[in-house]
Amino acid sequence: MIIQISWKNVWRNRTRSLIIMIAILLGIFGGMFLLAFMQGMTEQRLSSALKTEVSHIQIHSEKYLENNDFNQYMTDISAIDEYLSTDKRVQGYSTRIIIYSLAKTSEMGAGVRITGVDPENEINVTDLNTKIIDGSYFENTRGMPIVIGEKLAKKLKAKVRKKIVLQVQDTSGKTFPSAFRVAGIYKTTNTAFDEMNVFVRNKDLRELTGFNENNAHEIAIYLNNRENVTAVENDLESIFPAFTVESWSEGNAILAYMSEAMDQYLIIFILIILFALFFGIANTMLMAILERRKELGMLMAIGMKRFKVFRMIMYETIFLSLVGAMLGIIIAFLTITYFAKNGLNLSIWSEGLEAIGYDPIVYFQLDTSYLLQIVVMVIITGILASILPAIKALKLNPADALRIDN
Amino acid sequence: MKVIDIKKLDKVYNDSEVKVHAIQGIDLSFEEGEFTAIVGPSGSGKTTLLNMLGGLDRPTEGEIFIAETPVHELKGADLVDFRLRNIGFVFQAYNLVPVLTARENVEFIMQMQGIPAHKRFERTKELLTQVGLGDRIDSRPSKLSGGQQQRVAVARALASKPKFVLADEPTANLDSKSTENLLDIMEKLNKEEKITFIFSTHDQRVVKKARRVITIEDGKVLSDVKK
Ligand SMILES: Nc1ncnc2c1ncn2[C@@H]1O[C@H](COP(=O)(O)OP(=O)(O)OP(=O)(O)O)[C@@H](O)[C@H]1O
Ligand SMILES: [Mg+2]
Repeated sequence: MIIQISWKNVWRNRTRSLIIMIAILLGIFGGMFLLAFMQGMTEQRLSSALKTEVSHIQIHSEKYLENNDFNQYMTDISAIDEYLSTDKRVQGYSTRIIIYSLAKTSEMGAGVRITGVDPENEINVTDLNTKIIDGSYFENTRGMPIVIGEKLAKKLKAKVRKKIVLQVQDTSGKTFPSAFRVAGIYKTTNTAFDEMNVFVRNKDLRELTGFNENNAHEIAIYLNNRENVTAVENDLESIFPAFTVESWSEGNAILAYMSEAMDQYLIIFILIILFALFFGIANTMLMAILERRKELGMLMAIGMKRFKVFRMIMYETIFLSLVGAMLGIIIAFLTITYFAKNGLNLSIWSEGLEAIGYDPIVYFQLDTSYLLQIVVMVIITGILASILPAIKALKLNPADALRIDN
Repeated sequence: MKVIDIKKLDKVYNDSEVKVHAIQGIDLSFEEGEFTAIVGPSGSGKTTLLNMLGGLDRPTEGEIFIAETPVHELKGADLVDFRLRNIGFVFQAYNLVPVLTARENVEFIMQMQGIPAHKRFERTKELLTQVGLGDRIDSRPSKLSGGQQQRVAVARALASKPKFVLADEPTANLDSKSTENLLDIMEKLNKEEKITFIFSTHDQRVVKKARRVITIEDGKVLSDVKK
């Protein structure tokens, strides 16, 4: 019957209860909405960075990582090649030759990072082939093709089918210019990347530099599921201890920081909401108890034990919190599900979003684990908020409370 | 048989700046089946005395025995449990739980005593019928008149089968018709069910019905008349 009384007490001051319930509802809804929005945005940014630029796992020789020296390549990669071609968790992998060098047109020159790839393998690892805005992805076969970013093309005043001269280094250390022809121009969401990176065929680089088939600077791996990164990384490390295996988060401090920092912001944000809820709920209940001192005194006088009074107030507080919270969670869940499917198009409000590498259409995302955590945290907040009012009720002296006029 | 025995009772309120010596050395005893009024001017100590008889307040000095139990020595949960099982309370302002119906108000106290549900319901109906509210058992207090609410309070006080019922000015908020009605019911319960009533009052008509009248003034017993 105590639970029943508590539930009925929630509705005694209907207006006040409804106001606090709506406040809780809005708090929870707003919190979850923003959470899902930010998570969706971060996740989109991360997965597009991984898909276009970084890949999941990269293998290098240990020395190469120190200063990207052309001569510090991996030798005898056939064993890794064989291993990767059989591992079911691997979606694709690409063997790369990398040269830091200079690109020149008749007009201008610029420092670039030349990546030699096998186009048919590369498309299983990165999605650069889908980012071509002019020309094609290595399909121009006249001469040696090169794919460059839009930003660099503008800088060098280069166009499709125009010539670009790369300063290339061979294994003996000799450098010489060689001419490539622009096959395609790509554009990603990251202009800094577009300015720096040019892509050519491994085949051509091998011919020019005398680079052995069994050697490479980098192997980039893309997995079917990002969650397997650590497992695959550990396997590779133990099987091929001679090489340095790095996951995307190890090799990309900024990207790793972005997803970690987001988690921290979200936690702070949720804590603020929970704090507000805590004070709102506690204050409402303290008011309710102040008004009901005489009745509580009577209940204690006729034989209601303090522990039961305590429980009665706790239940009431928890009911008060849960009604609003549950409604808020349901509404938020429906809204998030909608925007997870259809996306929220922000381009109407912010045109600058693309410039910093974010997609203007945000697909919301909220892990079920987060959802569960929020439910649990709201319940805990409700319980914590009920303690103070319940203690206040405990401290009532029935004889004094009964003398109050009302 | 004695239900209450108080010896050299003293109560000093010390919490405010001025000390109030509300009860000054009262010796009294109450027998089973009494129908007793405690009268006296405002501030004479009636409520203070009743609160101590009911274990709601602690005497500064002296002893209170209820059915041989030294109530002045009980503390905390033991004292609450003692009140629950031995004493019925009726208050001036009815003090029913507003969100519960008449029936639930009466049942609640039995539930706290651990009486099983089927017995509770029967007894509740019987009690509410005895106070003339058999047809209003599912009404909320706000739908009842003051007199009716106070009758529910009497039913509630009896629900726990107490050794006696304490009522501090039970009729003070009632009109004369409701007062008469309530007293008739209390008298009937006293005669037929042997319920012991001890109540305080200002009302001369109520005093007339009492079979024992204890007059107190300045915290002392002025007279103790049995009719
Ligand atoms: N909590 C308290 N603190 C201090 N003094 C108190 C307290 N309660 C009562 N008193 C004082 O004790 C004295 C007796 O009060 P009590 O309420 O027992 O009188 P009463 O006979 O019931 O009066 P009334 O007829 O007005 O109800 C009064 O002087 C009162 O002011
Ligand atoms: Mg009084």
